[in-house]
Amino acid sequence: MNALNRKDLLDIKSLSPEEILLICDTAKYFKDVFTRDVKTVPVLRGKTVCTLFYEPSTRTRLSFELAAKMLSVNTINVPVTTSSVVKGESLIDTVRTLEAMKADYIVMRHAASLAPHFLSKNIDGSVINGGDGFHAHPTQALLDTYSIIEKRGTLKGLHIGIIGDIKHSRVARSDLLAFKKLGAKVTLCGPSTLLPDEFEQYGVDMTYDFDELLPDLDVVNMLRIQRERQQGSLFPSIREYNLLYCLTEERFAKCKSDVIIMHPGPMNRGIEIDDAIADHPNSIINEQVTNGVAVRMAVFYLLAGGTPFKDEENQEA
Amino acid sequence: MRIVIKNGRLIDPASGTDDRLDVVLSGGRVEAIDRNIKTSAEDEIIDAGGSIVLPGLIDMHVHFREPGREDVETILGGSMVAAKSGFTSVCTMPNTTPVIDNQALVRFIIMEASKGPINVFPAANITKGGKGEEISEMGELIKGGAVAFTDDGKPVMSSITMRRALEYSRMFGAPILSHAEDKSLADDGLMNEGLNSIRLGLKGIPREAEEVMIARDILLAKLTKGKIHFCHVSSEGSVEIIRRGKNDKINVTCETAPHYFSLTDDEVEELMSMAKMNPPLRTESDRKGIIEGLRDGTIDVIATDHAPHSPNEKMQEIEYAPFGIIGLETSVPLIITELVRKNNFSYIQAFAKVTCNPAGILNLDRGVLKTGGHADITIINPERKIKVDEQFLMSKCKNTPFTGRELYGSIEYTICNGKIVYRRG
Repeated sequence: MNALNRKDLLDIKSLSPEEILLICDTAKYFKDVFTRDVKTVPVLRGKTVCTLFYEPSTRTRLSFELAAKMLSVNTINVPVTTSSVVKGESLIDTVRTLEAMKADYIVMRHAASLAPHFLSKNIDGSVINGGDGFHAHPTQALLDTYSIIEKRGTLKGLHIGIIGDIKHSRVARSDLLAFKKLGAKVTLCGPSTLLPDEFEQYGVDMTYDFDELLPDLDVVNMLRIQRERQQGSLFPSIREYNLLYCLTEERFAKCKSDVIIMHPGPMNRGIEIDDAIADHPNSIINEQVTNGVAVRMAVFYLLAGGTPFKDEENQEA
Repeated sequence: MRIVIKNGRLIDPASGTDDRLDVVLSGGRVEAIDRNIKTSAEDEIIDAGGSIVLPGLIDMHVHFREPGREDVETILGGSMVAAKSGFTSVCTMPNTTPVIDNQALVRFIIMEASKGPINVFPAANITKGGKGEEISEMGELIKGGAVAFTDDGKPVMSSITMRRALEYSRMFGAPILSHAEDKSLADDGLMNEGLNSIRLGLKGIPREAEEVMIARDILLAKLTKGKIHFCHVSSEGSVEIIRRGKNDKINVTCETAPHYFSLTDDEVEELMSMAKMNPPLRTESDRKGIIEGLRDGTIDVIATDHAPHSPNEKMQEIEYAPFGIIGLETSVPLIITELVRKNNFSYIQAFAKVTCNPAGILNLDRGVLKTGGHADITIINPERKIKVDEQFLMSKCKNTPFTGRELYGSIEYTICNGKIVYRRG
């Protein structure tokens, strides 16, 4: 695969396994670049990216901005709460204004599912989905995939568990698609109210029993539990959730010795994951954040028509 | 002056007529129906060769948005779209701003409609303010010209209020048109709950939100001997519950909309807000269940739930866009394409759902073709194709999921009260 011939990055569904691997390979190159002393590579000088976050997010927005800056891309952040959006301007009008200012990429996070898909049908520039509703979070899935490949070389044959509020998780939906496409076995685990039967359509295994699942897993991906779900009677209390689904030291003891612990962040320490496990040597939670920047650099670069770096170049870097 | 319709295939579902018959109209009435009627020089002659000649069609569920949202549609504008679409009578829903819960507003609708080409029969609210609490002044509303009661757009969540409404409306013989939806179960969903809603991460509305209310209202109709009619039935389960109610001889009727027998929730990903309506598009088994319900008579009526929304309202994230699509102009083409052509419905079977059946439910002396009856007639060429595009759509709002489709069935003439109100240009 020599290029990512697409305008937008909207979801994992539309990516082929080869495209996912191309992004991961390219991310590896960029990770080498930005973990050295002189961090910028001016490969996309003159381009402009606009981050438009309709939902609060610090880490994802910073990650995109940093990735853009390292490629010498101009970045503008539209602070949604102070912009014309609060004056009732429609999404399309807001983005057409940005296009008129010649933004090349729109990175959007939006609380409404399919908002980036809707946008991409109606504008010319590249749309990069920074997370839409419960639907998709492709760059998170790509960085999760890359992080596992970095540790294990491949996803083939690995058993990956995704644990928590599956129903309301765009990370779960995008992760499971990426992991399945690269040959992993995926099991979803959570309380029955947060794990609808309809997820069977993805060809994944499903269980409510975290304890039974844990010893078989190569990768444990813990999701953040939103406290407000409890008010909708989706589970009776944080306490009970913690009893059933928290990755505790006791539970960790049942895991394979080389198990990889992941979390997309931000963590609720002591609710879905204990301190000691979050900071354990098997945890790659901080590395996921680093890899996020590399993966987003790769996405900008490839969407701009960039071609893969050859191994020699890689070594020179 | 007489109008003589010659060479057509006359279909009158009420009498089961399907025959080569000419029709003579005079003075707003049908003067004669016979073979080879002789014409004179003064007669206006319509050659209906190749077409079917039907009683003027009735759409018993439209939103014309006036009063309140004249920017998207008006009673006059909607009436003209209806005429162009083959409809000579419509029943307007009362969820306007303000809602139609008093006689003055019923009279206003009738007054506005009198400027237009077709018959408009207003439905009025079941409850004051459409709030679902106290029943409206039904006697006054009927005197003003209302033909039915509904809080359409919203369910009557309180069972005791619905019981009283069914009991009280019995006096007038007017039906209660139930928007069957358990709001708490629908839980702010925006598409059908199922494989697609899970995949797209959109909040789902389970079929059961519709079905539990249909079951409740059938039981209340049994209790009260009231006349219940369900609006826009969308699920296989709803059809099954209504079928059982009918078998139990409960006074229940229902309607579905063309989109429920033409589309499924597979369309939502691509069409987004254009495929957003309430109740939502369901699955293929529901679509088939709706068609079977139409075939065996469980579903009495096809009504469009014509719901104009402005482009900027619909050009939004699907979650924020309002529910509803326009339906008048695609109604006949979908009935012919989906039911007659693809599912072998006879013309009598299919068009009973937009003529005598809704007339019976709303107590209208229309929807039939008989000597002495109102001269409301629709002439359709079922072999002629139409293409749903900007040029075809006369509606002020173009919020339809059928844009780009080629369908069979073109309206050749619409005649209302003896006047030609539409002829294909």
